Amino acid sequence: MVKCDRVLQELSNYIDEDVDPSLRAAIEEHVRGCHRCSVLVDSARKMLYVVGDERVFEVPVGYSERLHARLAQHLGRA
Amino acid sequence: MAEHDLLVADIDEQLIRNEATLIERIRKGEKELFHELIQPYERSVYLSAYSILRNQSDAEEVAQEALLKAFAHLDQLRSTDKFKAWLLLIAVNEARMRLRKEHRHLFESLEEQTMETEEGDFMPRQFADWREIPSDILERKEIRTAVQNALNTLPEKYRDVFILRDMQHLTVTETAQVLRLTIPAVKTQLHRARLQMREQLAPVFGKRWIERLPFWKGKNPW
Repeated sequence: MVKCDRVLQELSNYIDEDVDPSLRAAIEEHVRGCHRCSVLVDSARKMLYVVGDERVFEVPVGYSERLHARLAQHLGRA
Repeated sequence: MAEHDLLVADIDEQLIRNEATLIERIRKGEKELFHELIQPYERSVYLSAYSILRNQSDAEEVAQEALLKAFAHLDQLRSTDKFKAWLLLIAVNEARMRLRKEHRHLFESLEEQTMETEEGDFMPRQFADWREIPSDILERKEIRTAVQNALNTLPEKYRDVFILRDMQHLTVTETAQVLRLTIPAVKTQLHRARLQMREQLAPVFGKRWIERLPFWKGKNPW
């Protein structure tokens, strides 16, 4: 059985499925019965979902066009 | 492996095969294909540069320079299946060179705020649970701004790892290669970055749902 501090310590590895199966099972069991840790895991996962979506990050308007124009110019000379 | 994972792995493999073919053809003289080769990574290159420079016009310029450099040195890419990591390594190096030239890093420490204790432990604050994330929220300006602000509060070494791994979806090994770190160092920095990002963003994302939760008028349910 693991405690809250162990869940916190392993949070990142747990989310990445980078913990051994016995530890994973122990964390899952703890999280099922601990509201605080279930919120911790759930909010971390959702944060990763949001930041991992490319729509959340804006590139400057016209960036792609300017980039390909410059490339075209360069490739023409290369 | 689940069916969905198999499908994703299959698509990834196909992408790598197509890239390898494109790289080969470009090397043999079909240089116009370089546009097609870099198209999926334009945003990633910009984001890598921006994460270091934190200035839109500098980041755009560095992104262009990095891609021109990638074209010039395409012959030096040994493993064609590592194209994305190689490209981002060039972008990160270019951005760092630009930063060194401008000495802007001297001010970096003033902007860094961590929530670590002196022993390096991290103390998470507690937030109400998040419910569903509506899909349109990802396109809202306030969320973009919140993510950017949260990134800006991360120390540089955490930010670089977080952006490459969690925003650009490199593997831990690729992230370590790009940043020239060990795998354990990447994992440690990633862990701290994720905790801090969660800490920064949970109140922003949670706001609208907390208001609908039954315990909101009282105190936290724990």
